[in-house]
Amino acid sequence: MNLWLILSINSVTLGGLLFLLSAGFSLIFGLMRIPNLTHGSMFMLGAYFGVTLIGWGFGFWLAALMAGLGVALFGGIVERFVLRRLVGNELAQVLVTLGLSFMVADVCLMQWGGDPISVDTPAGLVGSSKVFGMAFPTYRLAIIFIAVAIAAALWGMLDRTRLGAMIRAAVDDPAMARVVGIRVSHLFTFVFCLGAGLAGFAGVIGGPILSVYPGLDQDMLPLALVVVILGGSGSLLGSLVGSFVVGLLYNFGQAMFPELAYVVLFLPMLIVLVLRPRGLFGRAAP
Amino acid sequence: MTALEVRDLNKSFGGLRVTRTVNLSVAPGERRLIIGPNGAGKTTLFNLITGELRADSGSMMLFGQDLTREPARRRAHLGLARTYQIITLFPGETLLRNVTLSLLGLSRLRWNPIVRIDRQSELLTKAHAALARVGLGHLAERPVGQTSYGERRRVEIAMALAQSPRVLLLDEPFAGLSIDERRDVLTVINDIPRDVTIVMIEHDMDVALEFAERITVLHFGEVIVEGTRAEVVEHPRTKEIYLGE
Amino acid sequence: MNRAALAIALLLLATLPFWIGNSFYVNVATQMLIYAIFALGLNVLVGYAGLVTLGHAALFGVAAYAGATLINSGHGHIIVAIGACLATLAVAAIFAVLALRGTGLGFVMITVALGQIAWGIAYRWISLTNGDNGVSINARPAPFGLSLESAPALYWATLVVFLVAVVAMAIFVASPFGASLRGARDQPRRMTALGYNVWLIRFLAFLFSGFWSGVAGLLYLYYNQFVSPQTVALSASAEALLMVIAGGTGTLLGPIAGAILVIVMKDIASAYIERWNFVLGAIFVLIVVFMPEGLVPGVVRLCRRVIAARRPRAPMPVLGEESGE
Repeated sequence: MNLWLILSINSVTLGGLLFLLSAGFSLIFGLMRIPNLTHGSMFMLGAYFGVTLIGWGFGFWLAALMAGLGVALFGGIVERFVLRRLVGNELAQVLVTLGLSFMVADVCLMQWGGDPISVDTPAGLVGSSKVFGMAFPTYRLAIIFIAVAIAAALWGMLDRTRLGAMIRAAVDDPAMARVVGIRVSHLFTFVFCLGAGLAGFAGVIGGPILSVYPGLDQDMLPLALVVVILGGSGSLLGSLVGSFVVGLLYNFGQAMFPELAYVVLFLPMLIVLVLRPRGLFGRAAP
Repeated sequence: MTALEVRDLNKSFGGLRVTRTVNLSVAPGERRLIIGPNGAGKTTLFNLITGELRADSGSMMLFGQDLTREPARRRAHLGLARTYQIITLFPGETLLRNVTLSLLGLSRLRWNPIVRIDRQSELLTKAHAALARVGLGHLAERPVGQTSYGERRRVEIAMALAQSPRVLLLDEPFAGLSIDERRDVLTVINDIPRDVTIVMIEHDMDVALEFAERITVLHFGEVIVEGTRAEVVEHPRTKEIYLGE
Repeated sequence: MNRAALAIALLLLATLPFWIGNSFYVNVATQMLIYAIFALGLNVLVGYAGLVTLGHAALFGVAAYAGATLINSGHGHIIVAIGACLATLAVAAIFAVLALRGTGLGFVMITVALGQIAWGIAYRWISLTNGDNGVSINARPAPFGLSLESAPALYWATLVVFLVAVVAMAIFVASPFGASLRGARDQPRRMTALGYNVWLIRFLAFLFSGFWSGVAGLLYLYYNQFVSPQTVALSASAEALLMVIAGGTGTLLGPIAGAILVIVMKDIASAYIERWNFVLGAIFVLIVVFMPEGLVPGVVRLCRRVIAARRPRAPMPVLGEESGE
């Protein structure tokens, strides 16, 4: 298989993982108006939970689901007991998420040590499969499939359900949403848990590709930031497109300009910022 | 030459047209009143004139000079000043500091990072004078937070006047004031010399009619009637809007 | 009275190496001064401009990296100082142009991203920055023939720069431009209508803030003789922000007190536990949740509340005073 094809499939895979990470980040930003700086920690925490659960003998997918739920629970606690105290003071909320991210990182370091931990690819998805006569790594195809499925489910939830309509209304105009009787604070908790859970789940299924190591949180958070700045906050489509763009840039950047991969990654973000500050798919500020 | 000329001004928020092809022509020294029911687009019109909002189409001229493409901050330098309906002073600062900031806005001194602001005697003298002009000279050192609503209205006017504007936009200067406070504000406005052209938005017809020479009636973002006091009061459309006839 | 206090403080600061003796503690004092300069610079943005940034360690780091590169290519101290400052100003200008595209939290987010770019370059652009290994300098430069090799010598040099920074800040805050900046923080729209160019005011403030961050970064290089990607990491920006917030934003002395406090805590914490980052995070959370006005005023308020609670029949005026805050 040639290099370009490998790079492309790797890009799409990373894009899928990033979508799982950034969809929640974007919704939280759109709804609560805060960049949740613990989001990278949620990803890492999920990955570590997954490692431990797998070590206890749970199957990979069950471990991924449980880790996602565990992280969602943690997110819920953070939202209910910390962020809730600071409603109306977005800056304080951001600083708290920053402080929490440092604490989570250190706790993970204490609990799981400083060495990278590799995660085995789940049995049955090892090796490659033939699609259109070409061999693709099966596990990566599975990740892409899962990401697309979750994207579709999220879209359906946001677009077709009452809950989704309430979230969209609250993203558009929180004050008005309150007036028409939507319990915005419940939505906050729900979206925060959802975002955290997705990030945690992504951490586990990303494990076989990225492995788990201290600093994974700080590697993932900027990627989520870039996706949201590129795509615009609160927009699912923006997250999806932004994720795949970032996935491509990251992999091709690393292959072609290894020293400048980071610059290549952030350059489009800077261009978007200058030309269209609200992001490619973001709504205009009222 | 007109002091303020507005031609075919349009503005929409989303699908809502708040200003529909508004034309306005104010002569130098004129006292113009803009009235209209709530939501008629009066404050939006002011925001468009000062450049705080961008018009979708149309043009504006100040003494023959095209304002349309000038950013808001340049319009202040060209001689346009305004007061605000909901008072937006700097509440933690003294009245003197508020007026000083207003004066500084048009002075090159505002970029100076070295001299002490409270040693600029010329600036401070002017600020004191502006406060004295609205009858608040004795409160110069008081923080805005400790003054009454009526006093703040007068500080608003002092801040605008301190910039020696050629055209002054007053946004509901009497709203929410007691009878005594209204009288104070009216005195201040009546004392403004004729080289300042005034455009005022006001709800209170009694006070406003006393002041106005020409009146423009705005309704749903459109100019319905314009003319002298008598013409407007007698106009059937005015009665329709205001009296529901 | 005030002048006497100032004179005593100056005297104590100037003679510190004599009465403190041990060069370890002199170095700690130097470190405090360096971070106090950094915090003073950061406070221009966070306190006076109301623009919270989480990318300022990048500016601190640029100066250090530029200084190290210039020193290692054999340049003299003047070229090093000028070069480091110019590099910082150039990067600060780029940061400002980009970050000022956003307001409020958008600004914060962009500074995080920009800080991460700087970190990525420090970490990955190995031919420029030597990657994870960092850059070290063999000896401190000797400005105007004065050796900075001993701990007291470096302390005094840093003290001079620190005093210049404090005086510059005091002048800046009391100047018309300082007043414009605070106006732009509180009511940008109103300031625009008054004829101010709010964007340019913020941009210049960003440069001023960046300049002092760069000065601190260069001193840090002289002190440490080594700079690594850790210097520009997000946690370094967070630490600096904590200094400003802990001391109380928008005051002259707050950032200085905050810098001293954070360095002391860091030294104490690292003597007992390895987990400085955990402590840093925890302090952040505690300060923000319980004393958002800053640690110094916050402690005073909490103490007062405890005292008031112990004396149930506290006179009413005390309570009134508290609610008036």
